[in-house]
Amino acid sequence: MILARVKGNVVASVKYPCYEGQRLLIVQPIDEKGDDLGDSFLACDTVYAGPGDTVLVQREGNTARQLLGTSLDPFHSVIVGIVDKVSVEIKE
Amino acid sequence: MQLAKVIGTVVATHKHDGLKGYKMMIIQPLTDSLQPSGKPVVAIDSVQAGANDLVHWVSAREATLVMENSFAPVDAAITGIVDDVYVVGGGIKNKEEIFT
Repeated sequence: MILARVKGNVVASVKYPCYEGQRLLIVQPIDEKGDDLGDSFLACDTVYAGPGDTVLVQREGNTARQLLGTSLDPFHSVIVGIVDKVSVEIKE
Repeated sequence: MQLAKVIGTVVATHKHDGLKGYKMMIIQPLTDSLQPSGKPVVAIDSVQAGANDLVHWVSAREATLVMENSFAPVDAAITGIVDDVYVVGGGIKNKEEIFT
């Protein structure tokens, strides 16, 4: 699981059938201080996250398929939680 | 799952049986600001996308799930044609409260 922030969303009218009714959000991975880390990507939403939210993202297909549909749907990343607090105890 | 732009097609007459009957496109992965990111890849098309279309696609094992034979040798598949991309500025809400 990685930390990310929701940056926006994507609208698609023509899509593979399993994507019907799914919210597709743009998520930007962040580090433990909240700064951007690497490139953004798309993830399906299961927790009604919105732009500006800090979220937990699973970037792995099996979890995504278990949460979103049957075992034969082509999902890869999924938002699984909205983060309230991140505490780093040991600071360099 | 990522954004990409369709930049061309690939035609192969002699291919693995699992790939027969599927359209292959060359796609250029994009960032959320629609700038190219990384190198183009060949992806299976499941939504009848055409050249210049903005699409979203899936990579890795999941890509092959758009095909009839879910063990076909495929690692990228186009899963939707994108109409709009909305990027909201403003960064993280309540950043000071969350990151301590």
